[in-house]
Amino acid sequence: MSTQRPVAEGLFTWPSEHPALLGSRCPDCGETTFPVQRGCPACPSQACEEVELGRSGTLWTWTVQHFPPPHPWTGNAREFVPFGVGYIELEDGVRVEARLTENDPSRLRIGMEMELVIETFFKNDEGEEVVTFAFRPVEA
Amino acid sequence: MNVSILGSGLYPFGRHEGVGPIEMGVAAANDALSDAGLGWNDIQFACAGSLEVLQPDTMIKHMGLTGIPFATLYNGCATGGNLLLTAANAITAGQADVAIAVGMDKHPRGAFSVGDTLESIGLGQWYGETGLALNPQYFAMKTMRYMHDHGISEDCLNRVSAKAFRNGSLNERAWRRKQISEEEIAGSPMVCDPLRKYHFCSPSEGAVAVVLCRADIAARYTTSPVQLRADVFRTRRYGSFETLTPSTPVRWVPGPSVEASREAFEAAGVGPEDIDVIQLQDTEAGHEIMHMAECGFCADGEQEALVRDGETAIEGRMPINTDGGLLANGEPIGASGLRQVHEVCLQLRGRAGAHQVPGSPRTGFTHVYGFPGVSCVTILTSS
Repeated sequence: MSTQRPVAEGLFTWPSEHPALLGSRCPDCGETTFPVQRGCPACPSQACEEVELGRSGTLWTWTVQHFPPPHPWTGNAREFVPFGVGYIELEDGVRVEARLTENDPSRLRIGMEMELVIETFFKNDEGEEVVTFAFRPVEA
Repeated sequence: MNVSILGSGLYPFGRHEGVGPIEMGVAAANDALSDAGLGWNDIQFACAGSLEVLQPDTMIKHMGLTGIPFATLYNGCATGGNLLLTAANAITAGQADVAIAVGMDKHPRGAFSVGDTLESIGLGQWYGETGLALNPQYFAMKTMRYMHDHGISEDCLNRVSAKAFRNGSLNERAWRRKQISEEEIAGSPMVCDPLRKYHFCSPSEGAVAVVLCRADIAARYTTSPVQLRADVFRTRRYGSFETLTPSTPVRWVPGPSVEASREAFEAAGVGPEDIDVIQLQDTEAGHEIMHMAECGFCADGEQEALVRDGETAIEGRMPINTDGGLLANGEPIGASGLRQVHEVCLQLRGRAGAHQVPGSPRTGFTHVYGFPGVSCVTILTSS
């Protein structure tokens, strides 16, 4: 079995049985942002605290990326498969942009229930599976 | 603002093998000077902007090294609007009586890349590595939500693009001169749902220059100055939905285009209903539709009927992007905002030829919007 490594440290809890995205909450105004940052974009506070965000939400908007992205995308353009992208509205009061596991437009609709998954999106030169966060439709 | 435009010049947007961006900038500047009846020695302040040219002021070795202050700036797709404002501010501050603003660019083919490192735009490298750092995704997702909320159809997107290419076919200096039918647009490949190939503009090449002066001395140089009534620059507030953002809050505030437009109308003492010719940032068809409402020209959702009824065509009640806009001219980022100003000047001076708005338009509006959430709006009048 090949080893897995997250695309970046500090984006989500990993390894974990129940991975969660890591965001910031402002102790002064209560705003939540993703990913973690110290300064608050809504008020002058410089003391935002790291929090685990909710693992599910609703699809606020979406698209499907139909062409291979330019650099610095790390995928292989010759093996490109269109992928879904969306903003998922979490109960934390924030909409998080993420890859979607679904790339069929007929199976995506605004308002549908989504849940967080960790998926492999790339195998690097060392043979490691690079994993990132994504959201998948919750089966009715 | 007591600033007049004396002349403008355009190096046509498109693809120009073997011609560098600085060469295009020089050509546009010389055209603008000749339109204004001035020489480079008359210019007391200059500013220039570009994404691809690191030091656009190197252009003056081809024009005259006269020792004047020459500012360089870059502000994404709003660069052109910022250039005009910087030149106008130099005049209102008393730094110069006559100034020039020059925008130039020459982009590689294909979608804009965010560059080698996302640190230069304040984002983690993971965002680009996983395929999220693409403006077209944002344009598509904002459009998708807007269509859902306000009942805008795919037909409306197709009509906006067809109108742009029709206007381009009438503009002998446009890049895309061929009309494209709504059916062909609807059948073009999907890029990012719901936006297809012919809904998007492409990066291109070109340059524009605009010569400005103190309004009270404009009559010395020309009988047909254009008056700059308002020039407003705004950045996003927390809560507006912008491009290349890993998260956005559920609480919502209007974007920078809304604020810049409102303030520009207030400063100029006119309303959206008074504008005879309108240039909006049409990076793709979806944003022309959304910017119609953001800039105050209609309520959300009214675009469906306005576009269907031809009100945004050259002969319509609110002509939009009369030279073909970004869709028919492409986007050399540094020059794009000044192209809108050039087009409005042509229209207000009755020199737009086959794409002239009928009935002698007297008021014009320009609007640019870009990453990371910046907008410039101008209001121009013929007297």
